Amino acid sequence: MIFIDFLLAFVIGGFICLIGQLIMDFGKLTPGHTLSILVVAGAILSGLGLYQPLIDLAGAGATIPITSFGHSLTQGAIAEAQKHGWVGVLTGMFEVTSSGISAAIVFGFIAAFIFKPKGKAN
Amino acid sequence: MEQEQYKNLEQQITPPTPYMKNALIAFFVGGIICTIGHAITYFYIIFFDFTEKTVGNPTVSTMIFLSMLLTGFGLYKKLGQFAGAGSAVPVTGFGNAVISAAIEHRTEGVVLGIGGNIFKLAGSVILFGVASAFFVALIKLILVTIGVVQW
Repeated sequence: MIFIDFLLAFVIGGFICLIGQLIMDFGKLTPGHTLSILVVAGAILSGLGLYQPLIDLAGAGATIPITSFGHSLTQGAIAEAQKHGWVGVLTGMFEVTSSGISAAIVFGFIAAFIFKPKGKAN
Repeated sequence: MEQEQYKNLEQQITPPTPYMKNALIAFFVGGIICTIGHAITYFYIIFFDFTEKTVGNPTVSTMIFLSMLLTGFGLYKKLGQFAGAGSAVPVTGFGNAVISAAIEHRTEGVVLGIGGNIFKLAGSVILFGVASAFFVALIKLILVTIGVVQW
């Protein structure tokens, strides 16, 4: 049912953000630290084979949070390592997850010429 | 003033962190952003021939495009002050970090300003993502090679 599908995306996605907020508040960490921890957590979960089931379950609820960035980097590296061994670990890294970084760079570059700065860290 | 006294005073004055409230706001805002992402997922599956496996990339790109608009008009900053991790953890927050740095440093020039600072805020995410992916994949390769686990 489509409603359940959206509800799962909402709950899982919200839950990952909630964990991030707890890390931030209880650890007294900056967002930069928190996001780094989440990315590493995503990579480790991916290596254990636990992140893909989460994506199958929650769709965008698991692909939108930054943890999925660590996951897709790891999946790229693992897939290439399967084919080419040691070398693949390095070369496969960005195989799966080119879009997040390239979109951010392209849109950032365009935005820099369109928009005026509005004070520190918009 | 002694350092300890200062610390005590600082603790008295600083308002206690509203853990519960912050966590709930992060949950709802983060959840809503992911729900929007999920709707975009359906859009790409229905109107373009993406499958559930490949739909992640166009969805992420579209979300970062939306993030560009919100960042450019100064709205993402306001959302961030309200939502904390709720707007920072989704990929739109990553986009916001890159895009706001690019806009902010435009005045320092295209190469040294934009080019040199675009990953000022988001660089650590890329660094730790790539480094951890490298070590996780390496460990997995070693474990498979010595026959502890399967691919």
